[in-house]
Amino acid sequence: MGKRFQLLQGNEAVVEGGIAAGMRFYAGYPITPSTEIAERSALRLPQVGGKFIQMEDEIGGIAAALGASVAGLKSMTATSGPGFSLKQENIGYAAIAEIPIVIVDVQREGPSTGLPTSPSQGDLMQSKWGTHGDHPVIVISPSSVQECYTECIRAFNMAERFRVPVIFLMDEIIGHLREGCELIPSEELTISNRRVDRSFNGTLAYAVQEGNYVPEYAPFGEGDKFNVTGLFHDLDGFPTNDNNITDTQERRLLDKIRMRRDRIQKWEEFECEDCETMIICFGGTARAVQGAIEDSKKMDFIKLGMFRPITVWPFPEEALLKIIKENKHLRQIIVAEHNDGQMLLEVQRIVEGRVPVDFLGKIDGTTITPTDVIDKVKEVY
Amino acid sequence: MPSNLIEKTMRVNRLPHIWCPGCGHGILMRDVAQAIENCGLDPDKVVIVSGIGCSSRAAGYMNYNTLHTTHGRAIAFATGVKLANPDLHVIVITGDGDATAIGGNHLIHACRRNIDLTVIVFNNNIYGMTGGQYSPTTPHGEKGTTAPYGNIDYNFDIPQLAQAAGATFTGRCTAYHAQQAIKLIEAGIRHHGFSLIEGLSVCPTYYGRKNKKGDSVKMLTWQKDNAVDVKAAAKMTPEQLEGKFLIGELSSVENKEEYTDMYMKIIEKVGGDK
Repeated sequence: MGKRFQLLQGNEAVVEGGIAAGMRFYAGYPITPSTEIAERSALRLPQVGGKFIQMEDEIGGIAAALGASVAGLKSMTATSGPGFSLKQENIGYAAIAEIPIVIVDVQREGPSTGLPTSPSQGDLMQSKWGTHGDHPVIVISPSSVQECYTECIRAFNMAERFRVPVIFLMDEIIGHLREGCELIPSEELTISNRRVDRSFNGTLAYAVQEGNYVPEYAPFGEGDKFNVTGLFHDLDGFPTNDNNITDTQERRLLDKIRMRRDRIQKWEEFECEDCETMIICFGGTARAVQGAIEDSKKMDFIKLGMFRPITVWPFPEEALLKIIKENKHLRQIIVAEHNDGQMLLEVQRIVEGRVPVDFLGKIDGTTITPTDVIDKVKEVY
Repeated sequence: MPSNLIEKTMRVNRLPHIWCPGCGHGILMRDVAQAIENCGLDPDKVVIVSGIGCSSRAAGYMNYNTLHTTHGRAIAFATGVKLANPDLHVIVITGDGDATAIGGNHLIHACRRNIDLTVIVFNNNIYGMTGGQYSPTTPHGEKGTTAPYGNIDYNFDIPQLAQAAGATFTGRCTAYHAQQAIKLIEAGIRHHGFSLIEGLSVCPTYYGRKNKKGDSVKMLTWQKDNAVDVKAAAKMTPEQLEGKFLIGELSSVENKEEYTDMYMKIIEKVGGDK
């Protein structure tokens, strides 16, 4: 790993964070603007005894990573929009079979091939709803190279603890941003490893402990033999059409995240307690909002605050409501994002008209600038 | 009463299986289990990976570590399992649609890598689970529910496809020739590298009925009458081989390095083994 402080690109820092978290397997397919993640993984993983494989396509990338995870290795795959679409079916497989995995999506502009080298945050809703059927998912979005490192560690910890797919939702701004990053060594970090109870294997691989939501089956080859399937299954891991079992298992999958969301949600509040206009943003957009807040302090301007979900799904809804309740000066919310208004929908749902919600979005492949933010604040104040 | 083999290698409480009466898949599944036994593999270190379709239901009945994955992706999942832990014996059970249509890309690239997987394609010449649509191995001119006027696609020869893509062991067996099938699968498992075995099954329910092939016994008898062992075929004239198909070990290469072996060398070289 070398020096503790390094100048890194977001796409490089995410690999270092993964390795610090215990990632030992990467399978993927080249795609702009995420390719540096594959390149760094190919270089770094064998140095720590891990494995890298470039698969024949995006679907193969996530499939091989899931296979490796079932065999016990912490696994990652990375991609961008088109590849993220291709991986969706197997994200659902990870959810129902309860296989830990981290999937990085470095977002780029537009549907289809779009603008491969331009920033976007258009996959926000897809990261939550992309795979079919009701399913649990955790989505984390970093706003700096440092967070690519530390939040990737948290992504692996969450994947392991809850045995879910965790989407690491980056954007081209952060993926290709270079800035200083502290590579905190593993021994100074909290690292979660999946809990394994070998006594459950074979007979009840998908049983959960009393009061818990997460099964504890052992990796293949390390415990009793058991079955993994994408079909609805009973506690023994075998398919069933029983509606009661289906209901119980589906609800447990969803409750696994819903009932533990206080341990999963993470957000940043910057001067939200007394701001007049609060800007809600995530990922790379937060850098422009931070710039706008700094600029606003140099002039006689409306008092600004920033609310930034780091865990974007499940959305930190209670935290947002608390601010709205407690900040008596708040008269305007602006949601700023590089899409046509995706987080906007979630914010409107939560705010329910208590405070006016306006929107600043860009979908032309350019970035929102601090000036754009300042102008929008003035316009709607 | 189940036989000793079934007691030992199958999850007896999961039986009877869901396959139709007369289906060839049960015979082929038993052949795979017998071959694993004959190789003396530790069942705890055996992983069976399957995709989606009739064939892929086999995994759930077999008493090993079993991974029933998504449609077409069995070989890609298996690649991850094997590379993650090369000590595991990874066997893929898949079907003609699963392996050569939706999963065709994974198949040819796994062949090319020469990763130590044993892939057994239960080929019933049709999509059975969805009710009889034509597959990449439905013979040209024959019928399926989606080829009501006859199939104008030309079909794959799966072992030839695999060999051309770089598989270092290929073979074909049938549901009828159980003893030969067991020996062939055994050889495939023992082969250190990528092995592809086509197991010709019979689907009297869809393929058979749609194409007037008769019942299961008649379809199995057809296999008996038309399969020629590759060694016997070497002594036969083209005229004698007209309309026949070859079974047995069709190709084998021993001097091509296996994928995970090469990767472990990289780890050793860059110091990751310490």
